[in-house]
Amino acid sequence: MPLLTVTDLRTHFHTTNGVFRAVDGVSFHVERGETLGMVGESGSGKSVTCYTIMGLVPQPPGRIEGGSVVFDGMDLLRCSPKAARSVRGKRVSMIFQDPMTSLNPYLRISEQVMEPLVIHEDASRKEALGRALEMMEAVGINDAARRIHFYPHEFSGGMRQRVMIAMALITRPELLIADEPTTALDVTVQAQILELIRRLQRELGMAVIYVTHDLGVVAGLCDRVQVMYAGRIVEKADAQTLFRSPLHPYTRALQRSIPALQPRGRELFTIPGIPPDVSKPLPGCAFAPRCGFADDACNGAVPELAEAAPGHSHACIRMRAGEIDWDA
Amino acid sequence: MPEEPPPAMTENILELRDVRTHFPVHRGFLVRRRTGAVRAVDGVTLSVRRGEVLGLVGESGCGKSTLARTILNLVPTTGGAVILNGRNLGLASRREMLACRRDLQMVFQDPYASLNPRMTVRAMLAEPLFAHRICSRGDVQGRVDELMGIVGLAPRFARRYPHEFSGGQRQRIAIARALALRPKIIVADEPVSALDVSIQAQILNLLSKLCREMDLALVFIAHDLSVVRHISDRVAVMYLGKIVELGPAEDVIDRPRHPYTRALVSAIPVPDPGVERARQRIVLPGDPPSPINPPPGCAFHPRCPHALDRCREAVPPLAPCGPSHEAACIRLGELP
Repeated sequence: MPLLTVTDLRTHFHTTNGVFRAVDGVSFHVERGETLGMVGESGSGKSVTCYTIMGLVPQPPGRIEGGSVVFDGMDLLRCSPKAARSVRGKRVSMIFQDPMTSLNPYLRISEQVMEPLVIHEDASRKEALGRALEMMEAVGINDAARRIHFYPHEFSGGMRQRVMIAMALITRPELLIADEPTTALDVTVQAQILELIRRLQRELGMAVIYVTHDLGVVAGLCDRVQVMYAGRIVEKADAQTLFRSPLHPYTRALQRSIPALQPRGRELFTIPGIPPDVSKPLPGCAFAPRCGFADDACNGAVPELAEAAPGHSHACIRMRAGEIDWDA
Repeated sequence: MPEEPPPAMTENILELRDVRTHFPVHRGFLVRRRTGAVRAVDGVTLSVRRGEVLGLVGESGCGKSTLARTILNLVPTTGGAVILNGRNLGLASRREMLACRRDLQMVFQDPYASLNPRMTVRAMLAEPLFAHRICSRGDVQGRVDELMGIVGLAPRFARRYPHEFSGGQRQRIAIARALALRPKIIVADEPVSALDVSIQAQILNLLSKLCREMDLALVFIAHDLSVVRHISDRVAVMYLGKIVELGPAEDVIDRPRHPYTRALVSAIPVPDPGVERARQRIVLPGDPPSPINPPPGCAFHPRCPHALDRCREAVPPLAPCGPSHEAACIRLGELP
């Protein structure tokens, strides 16, 4: 049985400007110990998916319209709040994009790293401090015994992200959700943090959901990848397959617009237009208006994600019909 | 239109000579004393040719944004000279400076913060034209439409406000505003880092096209090396206020010589699982040091895998290491 199974999740935001279907029918699973990459542009619903799993969607305006999030046999959306709390923050934890705003500036680092232990494991302060110190050392903070009593502003961005990771991992979670943890950091610091996540994952045997818009990071870190667009998954496959032979036009367009993969000086491939407004009803494939391969059939019905080969699914009706030839 | 006679000048549109920008650090509340200085830019010598794209890369805090602001004379220099078109901007009077600003424009990182939310696109694009008395009231509409056309926006959007546009469209407006005075050089400080990949590509194509078609020089500042490699003719790598490597884009990024550039290049994730898993990565320990108390000698030595005792002794100068390729490392010849 997978560690986490998300089925047909729908999270909408009811605002005065309409209903935003941020997540609109997302299903996936995560096995123990594996790394799942979740890729997409801003507004594709990848963060909202994570927030829903963690119970962090503000309600209102958010509303979970349907679906289930089953963690180790327990549906986190339907169980009692107390039962959900015993999972969230202990067996599933999350690190956020911006380490500058995700730490409480008024509390010492020690308080913040110890907090999950005090809450979830009823640890004494002394014991919690000891384990917090060990964790700080494990994430590579030098002179941890002294610096654990610092305030967040005394740390650099990379160090704060390490503190966030220490906070998330101190309860030895089975699943870590990392929402763009290195986007705000420099590449050299990003390399340190990715190395750290890889090492801790090996040591603790935890599963990781890694959310990012950077296909390069996904390539190095993830076993499987799913690509999101306008609140839905448009393609999922193991990392190797997704990069070598993408089947959805959006995945391919995304890949082709990365400067690193194109010869210098040549005009970059671009996706025309902008992502759709998810508050308006989308009659067919959300990518169709920007897709070079779209025809009338694409606007007829919302395409379902279906398996094309074992472990490789996509939601493109023209590809499925064999009507798309990339080289044509 | 008759061509202006070309003024006597060099091939270089912009020259920086040993530019230093330091910010004083004060201590104390009632009695404030100056206790040191942040050496944000510390001795940068560079030149930009007409129509050339110079990429400037480095990590946050290395001084690349301060250098941009120094070029634009938005912060005063502590030493050295910024020479635009043969004229030293540090010595220019207010009136001369105003004239120089026509040739020198800037595009900022965050298109959400750099556009006035209470001005329409038309008002924003017309403002520089009025301020420099380039257009009469009657001609403005035509020029605004033309500018919008150049950056790929429909002229019917001219009456809209910034909040009605997406991030990519806003960056187009910011570029149109920079182009309004027909500058000879634009300094773009991380113009694509706030944008999504697919939008990033559109803006990069636009900037490349403008440089080619308008003979416009561009100083392109970014932390993303793959973006810089794509757009630049030459690349300068900055570390702690100094240029550590400078040369043609392919040489610097594909065959870096300075140990810092090597680490930087090896840290870029490659979007190919096969390559990404096989390659050796140089993970640098620690963070860049503080520019208030830079380490003695080569500022990179505390993090450098090749550092020796003599790296501590003197600041290494930029030395040639290939055709128009320079790096500031005393061990250049000894490294593989």
